[in-house]
Amino acid sequence: MKFTKDHEWVSLDGDIATVGISKHAADALGDVVFVETPEVGKTVAKGASFAVVESVKAASDVYAPVSGEVVEANDALSTAPETVNAAPEGDGWFAKIKVSDASELDALMDQAAYDEFLKTL
Amino acid sequence: MVGFGGYDMPVQYEGVLAEHRWTREHAGLFDVSHMGQCKITGEDATAQFERFVPGDYEILKAGKQKYSLLLNKDGGIIDDLMAGRPDHDGLFVVVNAGNKDEDFAFWEANLEGDAELTVLDRALIAIQGPEAAEVMSAYEPLLAEMGFMECARLMLFGVDCYVSRSGYTGEDGYEISVPADQAERVWNTILEDARVKPIGLGARDSLRLEAGLPLHGHDIDPTTSPVEGALTFALSKSRKERADFSGADRILKELADGPSRVRIGLIVKEGAPAREGAEIADADGNVIGKVTSGGPSPTLGKNIAMGFVPPAYAALGTELKVVVRGKSAAAEVVAMPFVAQRYYRKPKTV
Repeated sequence: MKFTKDHEWVSLDGDIATVGISKHAADALGDVVFVETPEVGKTVAKGASFAVVESVKAASDVYAPVSGEVVEANDALSTAPETVNAAPEGDGWFAKIKVSDASELDALMDQAAYDEFLKTL
Repeated sequence: MVGFGGYDMPVQYEGVLAEHRWTREHAGLFDVSHMGQCKITGEDATAQFERFVPGDYEILKAGKQKYSLLLNKDGGIIDDLMAGRPDHDGLFVVVNAGNKDEDFAFWEANLEGDAELTVLDRALIAIQGPEAAEVMSAYEPLLAEMGFMECARLMLFGVDCYVSRSGYTGEDGYEISVPADQAERVWNTILEDARVKPIGLGARDSLRLEAGLPLHGHDIDPTTSPVEGALTFALSKSRKERADFSGADRILKELADGPSRVRIGLIVKEGAPAREGAEIADADGNVIGKVTSGGPSPTLGKNIAMGFVPPAYAALGTELKVVVRGKSAAAEVVAMPFVAQRYYRKPKTV
């Protein structure tokens, strides 16, 4: 699993990347009440907003950690957005993206580097 | 913590949802010391205060307070406020944090004759929720006997306090004005009661939204009239008859002919919460207004919003749409408050 400075995570299996938001991000947001996942078939660019997560207080953009095509969205979040709080780095995943350039992941942080990054915030 | 008007304010303590629910079920404690507090005193205090508000304060008895609106000459709402007579020394007024400097400057510039503004260096602590009265009456039994919108000046926690039975959540409760240097001690003392938890700005906003209470600077502002803002209850009959307050021309005309827009409540029936700035459209998709505040209602489990539309679309049950991030979602005009208010009304005495 790798992480961005915007607190998204990505886990690569073959050329399919599962993406979501980190536990740190989920905790900081508080109670998630709505998730807008991307439509299947949509092409996303690394760093562009591809989903929205909403707490009681506010809506926040989620940025794509890799470029590619959305092949699956986590529809379960539409009825159970609280899963993002309960299992942000597991069942609370947002989408699966067929990556167009796997080397984009090289620039992301591994768990140890992300943990160090969080200490600087 | 978040910066707000020069103050560091807690958005949440344990979480907005948990705090919201705690307040609806038990008692929430709010530090709202950023709000402005002042006194207007002198022989002409009431008459001068009345020039810029549409409420009848001449008939307001000691021990009572009244919600009102500070109006500009065009009848727009400079601020909304609570003004009462907790003692026999003029009016005690609480105004919004974001407007207080402007409000105080306005009164400084406009009060004439024997009417003096004194800005108070006091903290303001609100306790709200169905258990608030039980919690507070342990400190002062008299508090249990106050009715909604009654106020008093009394010794509480060994200090001189202004207390009113009112708030901004739709629940029973009190707002307690304490000398600034005593605030921390009073706050910590009240929190010792297990029924009381601290509540942040996030839940304060979701609670007042459910209660249908407008937030100045968002739902109402200096361009909004009391008629547009659906705040005509603040227009006293005697004052309408005398038409002797700022902006009376416009306000009376709107009362007679109808305003061009009016504040409504909406339930958003699908999709994402509609928040401030979201467009409101008619059934055919024509944009007719805007959401001024909105979000999920923890109590109802639905997305609710306030916004402005022309009166033709304001009837309860009207089917409208809200547009969030380019997506149109069905919404329906509903009555406010969204969640029933539970203010404490004293039994009528014969």
